[in-house]
Amino acid sequence: MKPFTTVTGLVAPMDRSNVDTDMIIPKQFLKSIKRSGFGPNLFDEVRYLDEGQPGMDNSKRPLNPDFELNKPRYAGAQVLLARKNFGCGSSREHAPWALEDYGFRAIIAPSFADIFYNNCFKNGLLPIVLADDIVDRLFDAVASTEGYKLTIDLENQKVVTPEGDAFDFEVNAFRKHCLINGLDDIGLTLQDADAIRAYETRREQETPWVFGHIR
Amino acid sequence: MAGKTLYDKLWDAHKVSEREDGTALIYIDRHLLHEVTSPQAFEGLRLAGRKPWRLDTNLATPDHNVSTDLAERQAGVAGIRDEISRIQVTTLDDNCTAFGVREFSMNDINQGIVHVVGPEQGATLPGMTIVCGDSHTSTHGAMGSLAFGIGTSEVEHVLATQCLIQRKMKNMRIRVEGDLAPGITAKDVVLYIIGQIGTAGGTGYAIEFAGSALQSLSMEGRMTVCNMAIEAGARAGMVAVDETTIEYFKGRPFAPKGEMWDRAADYWRTLVSDEDATFDKEVVLQAADIEPQVSWGTSPEMVAGVSGKVPNPSNVADEDSRKGVVRALEYMGLQADQPIESIRLDRVFIGSCTNSRIEDLRAAAAVVKGHSVASSVKQAMVVPGSGLVKQQAEAEGLDAIFRAAGFQWREPGCSMCLAMNADKLGQGEHCASTSNRNFEGRQGFGGRTHLVSPAMAAAAAIKGHFVDIRTWQEGAA
Ligand code: SF4
Repeated sequence: MKPFTTVTGLVAPMDRSNVDTDMIIPKQFLKSIKRSGFGPNLFDEVRYLDEGQPGMDNSKRPLNPDFELNKPRYAGAQVLLARKNFGCGSSREHAPWALEDYGFRAIIAPSFADIFYNNCFKNGLLPIVLADDIVDRLFDAVASTEGYKLTIDLENQKVVTPEGDAFDFEVNAFRKHCLINGLDDIGLTLQDADAIRAYETRREQETPWVFGHIR
Repeated sequence: MAGKTLYDKLWDAHKVSEREDGTALIYIDRHLLHEVTSPQAFEGLRLAGRKPWRLDTNLATPDHNVSTDLAERQAGVAGIRDEISRIQVTTLDDNCTAFGVREFSMNDINQGIVHVVGPEQGATLPGMTIVCGDSHTSTHGAMGSLAFGIGTSEVEHVLATQCLIQRKMKNMRIRVEGDLAPGITAKDVVLYIIGQIGTAGGTGYAIEFAGSALQSLSMEGRMTVCNMAIEAGARAGMVAVDETTIEYFKGRPFAPKGEMWDRAADYWRTLVSDEDATFDKEVVLQAADIEPQVSWGTSPEMVAGVSGKVPNPSNVADEDSRKGVVRALEYMGLQADQPIESIRLDRVFIGSCTNSRIEDLRAAAAVVKGHSVASSVKQAMVVPGSGLVKQQAEAEGLDAIFRAAGFQWREPGCSMCLAMNADKLGQGEHCASTSNRNFEGRQGFGGRTHLVSPAMAAAAAIKGHFVDIRTWQEGAA
């Protein structure tokens, strides 16, 4: 997982409430055997004019010109600005996979659905909750300023605007530690590698038949 | 100090470290893999540049969507007709090769349903912690081990660290006391248990199945019971080790040998709940109350004895339950108060990780012998749980008995248990099935599943409707 310290990135707006995980990544893509490569199908149903299927060449599909992410001014965005209850619906982890694969590092919204919120941290994405009025202001700023960028300083838990305004946000200390150090659940467990090895050494004495016999 | 339950012992023996939040890092001794839940876990490793922590602990085999049709199987992996299935099976092969994981590939004689293969090979042993990306991993608890299903991100976690972060479950014991009547099998016992405690009865618990009736069961029978612990809401079910357990593993390919065997067996004998251990919940049932079970609804708790009737919603007091019954009867196309024996079958499926072991096939063959499948039954199939079960059955001539009666004799796999391959029910069709789930659509869109034992399924195939296997045996004698 990529460590997250400070990110200064272009902001793209997603101006609708209750964006569910099926909208983030439609169910036909769940049959995939992969966890990478979902980026081109992020928001598939609103992003393209035809119906997406796994295995299609997405570069040949007709784009919806009205969809924000298709506008050249938002190309390469790393911060998604969203509305309330983002990520509701099915618990599919494919949703954060798709957002991350697309290139997003952080999502700002007035609220998030629970499971989605948790799944973000596991996949190196930072979900940031800001008050409604601040989110409104940011939507205005993004609309009126081409190339609008925000700086997200996780260490100090601040979202900093180009004008120099700084908004504080909350994040669980443990999750923050994991993100800053690029630790997913596995990385975290591997911090206990010595304890695991010590356990194995002891168990190998006690129950040797459990070790080393499937080859 | 109070004694320990079997679950306490298994938990304590595998605890690597404890965390402040009450979770613990638990060491995993054996990890089974199949084609459906492993691809993203392997890819996760690859993306993070990680390697499996240990290789000698993993064993993989494709089972969920391999074809059970001989001709299609013989065409190899490239010949799998369904594209998604083919990609998943190929991906498992590729991942196992790339990472060095031992695999019994599709046409290997040792291939089969992962929960049949593990014990059969002695790859899963008493006292182990055993996980697999599949909820019926509880099967392996039958041998006195801690076995439970996990999700794909946990599969990756186990591959990378050989551990899982877990919270301890509560202890529950279900005792079935007394002797089982002739014709009553492990499947009837577990369906009866679920009918009594409900599908949420075991939620949050690790269940130990005990009592004289349980102990009288063979290892195969105990596996059938533990297999369905998950249908009772419990992630793990287990049976204490006794001489039946130890006898079963003697000479299995991956089981210890010689002096090591003796050491292992001594350790395994300690895997019982202490006399003074306390359980958070205890249920006692009488074996004498159990008759052959048939599920009539769309949840495994919707069962009745074969001599009984489909329930009448107007007799159900609780409003929610009544609605559930009404909906189930509608989906199943059954009438209130209809005798169970009057339910007619379109298809019969003998197989799945619940009932596809040699003992199951023997029981079914004994019923079928000398009879023919009823003309009203469109299809009756037997799908052995593994290549070795199939080989053994053929050596005993069971395949010939099934074929002579009009059954199809298939290649090993999950098959019609979950309808991920071509084996499925048509809309509205009734199936007597030895599998474990009768959810709506489980065996095919609109399909109607009745869970039963292998002997009951076999008899239903012959008669075209359910019959009481207890009278059958008398008649055949
Ligand atoms: S036989 Fe059925 S329940 Fe068992 S592992 Fe296969 S699909 Fe799952």
